[in-house]
Amino acid sequence: MVTRNPVTWLGSPKFPDAARTALADTQLRSNLRKATGTIRGRRASAVGEMTDWEELRLAGQALKDEVLTNLDVYLERLEKSVTERGGVVHWARDAAEANEIVLRLVRETGADEVVKVKSMATAEIGLNEALEAGGVTAIETDLAELIVQLGNDRPSHILVPAIHRNRSEIREIFQREMPDVPEGLTDEPRVLAEAARAHLRRKFLSARVAVSGANFAVADTGSIVVLESEGNGRMCLTLPETLITVMGIEKLVPTWADLEVFLQLLPRSSTAERMNPYTSVWTGVTPGDGPQAFHLVLLDNGRTATLADTVGRQALRCIRCSACLNVCPVYERTGGESYGSVYPGPIGAILTPQLVDDPHDKQAASLPFASSLCGACYEVCPVRINIPEVLTHLRASSVTARGRTPESIAMSAAAWVFSSPSRYERAQKLASFARLLGRNGRITRLPGPGAAWTSSRDAPVPPKQSFRAWWKENRG
Amino acid sequence: MQKAVVESPKVALFATCVTDTLYPATARAVVTLLERLGCSVEFPLDQTCCGQMHFNTGYPDHARGLAGSYERTFAGYDAVIAPSGSCTGMVRDIHPQLGTTPAPTYELSEFLVDVLGVTDVGAYFPHRVTYHPTCHSLRMLGVGDKPLSLLRAVRGLDLVALPDAESCCGFGGTFALKNADTSTAMLSDKMRHVLDTGSEVLTAGDNSCLMHIGGGLSRLRTGVRTVHLAEILASTEEDPWSPATR
Repeated sequence: MVTRNPVTWLGSPKFPDAARTALADTQLRSNLRKATGTIRGRRASAVGEMTDWEELRLAGQALKDEVLTNLDVYLERLEKSVTERGGVVHWARDAAEANEIVLRLVRETGADEVVKVKSMATAEIGLNEALEAGGVTAIETDLAELIVQLGNDRPSHILVPAIHRNRSEIREIFQREMPDVPEGLTDEPRVLAEAARAHLRRKFLSARVAVSGANFAVADTGSIVVLESEGNGRMCLTLPETLITVMGIEKLVPTWADLEVFLQLLPRSSTAERMNPYTSVWTGVTPGDGPQAFHLVLLDNGRTATLADTVGRQALRCIRCSACLNVCPVYERTGGESYGSVYPGPIGAILTPQLVDDPHDKQAASLPFASSLCGACYEVCPVRINIPEVLTHLRASSVTARGRTPESIAMSAAAWVFSSPSRYERAQKLASFARLLGRNGRITRLPGPGAAWTSSRDAPVPPKQSFRAWWKENRG
Repeated sequence: MQKAVVESPKVALFATCVTDTLYPATARAVVTLLERLGCSVEFPLDQTCCGQMHFNTGYPDHARGLAGSYERTFAGYDAVIAPSGSCTGMVRDIHPQLGTTPAPTYELSEFLVDVLGVTDVGAYFPHRVTYHPTCHSLRMLGVGDKPLSLLRAVRGLDLVALPDAESCCGFGGTFALKNADTSTAMLSDKMRHVLDTGSEVLTAGDNSCLMHIGGGLSRLRTGVRTVHLAEILASTEEDPWSPATR
């Protein structure tokens, strides 16, 4: 049975419609403008102080490409090294398989509650909902992820899923949803963090199972790496008896030494820090220290299909830093929820449709068009994913899948006109008649598809004489 | 005025379909300017469009055909000059991916500064002006501050820095139609920054972006005009730019 890939949220409108709603949300616009503006500036200075940033980007790209080219080899190497160190490796073709594996593993421990480290892979497969349906409560321990979970909200950013919320909204969510909310909670960030800390501490101490994702996995050694800022991840990764890690199959690096590159690229691109506060690394099971059972679930969920696309596969280099979101002028205004997926922004616009792998899915197919192709994303990407290139590539796939449309007919007609200078010249003369629509040097209303232009912009009044006609008359 | 370091190079003008059809004054300005600098300018009449709209909207096969026409039309020229960063980017970056080998193509400010080696082109433009670096000239071509160094040398011109200049204006070709609301939201911020400078004129190296920003400025009756960089550089004390000549 083919099940729906939960990487997109069921019932999400196409991007232009979702964006229209988001653009009218005053609070969202203000929160995002402030948050992305701040992080953009910080990233620029954190990156600016590096003299070898471009070399690091090239190295990051090369390492990821090496892994993607020989993924089968590295995955088997990882499986071997994890197994040798006492871990158990599971393979999941899709979200449903991964969710089943995790639920079964949790049930085998007898636990009905798991603590979670912030993870994109588990968000992608809708693990929390699947566990809930199986009678297991998943508790998000990352502060922003907790805010989203308590608020029954959707994540809107890869790194800061609650970026669309400001501190007074967070205070309201805590007061409404946190059972043990302290008296007199204010919207001071320190006070809010303290409330979350107290709420979570009890969970850390009682939980027997933790679920995490992974930033990197070292094929040679079997080591798994998680980077975080809050220390909640360290708690989850060390206190419970059982640790289950769900990881996309593309998260590999060949050797331990390769981490050098990514541990520089990721924090500066992501949180604009020289180094993130907590980097946790574990290798299988260490007797008497930390979790005594370790399971690694390797998730495909559309990645192998993505790998088959020679242009689109570069999206699998992504290290989930979210720098492209923070610089994107579209994301800054529409927010993450408009993309209808856990992967929003420029990377979401190229990754989501590929993971969905259904060119007839209208919502996913609208995502590659959610860009002005300004190229700011490509400029900041630490692994040099040419996002504009993939966007136009995916646009072409979507056009092919749609077949004959009014747009495709118009595009063929335009190409037919442009392919002959004499037809082009006649079309110019025809277009010149649009000057009759002009009043006082402007056209305020165009018919047909042009109406989308004149809804907010005047159109130029075409001149009587094109340049070509002038040239022929004066120079020809 | 500096003298061009290259003696009377023979160059072709690629007017681009938008400028040829809607903004002929810009193309005439390029001719005036290049001839003033000692170039001999040709305008091959077989030219039409670089195919960018088709390529960026998801119709690479149509774009491939137009890239082929471009290659044939300009074959043999030492330099093709286009008054557009995005069309130049399309020709230089994308046409080779479509399997053609276009003649060396330059965006106007690149040609002036890099090839001719001039920044002072003898222009006169007594207005308060702000400059928007269009995304493709900025990021695809990397023209950097070449347009600004040309503008700084213009007599009478009061150049004001545009806040948040490197943010996209929201045009993006068919993006402006397919995602008109988001495009407009981006436009409103760009217009706010333009108005904050108190400029009379907004200039840029791309008429398509100027058509979008100018369309918004006109709709709101801001009184701010958009003028392509070429028209400012062609303007002289003897023959100054005026709205009537457009």
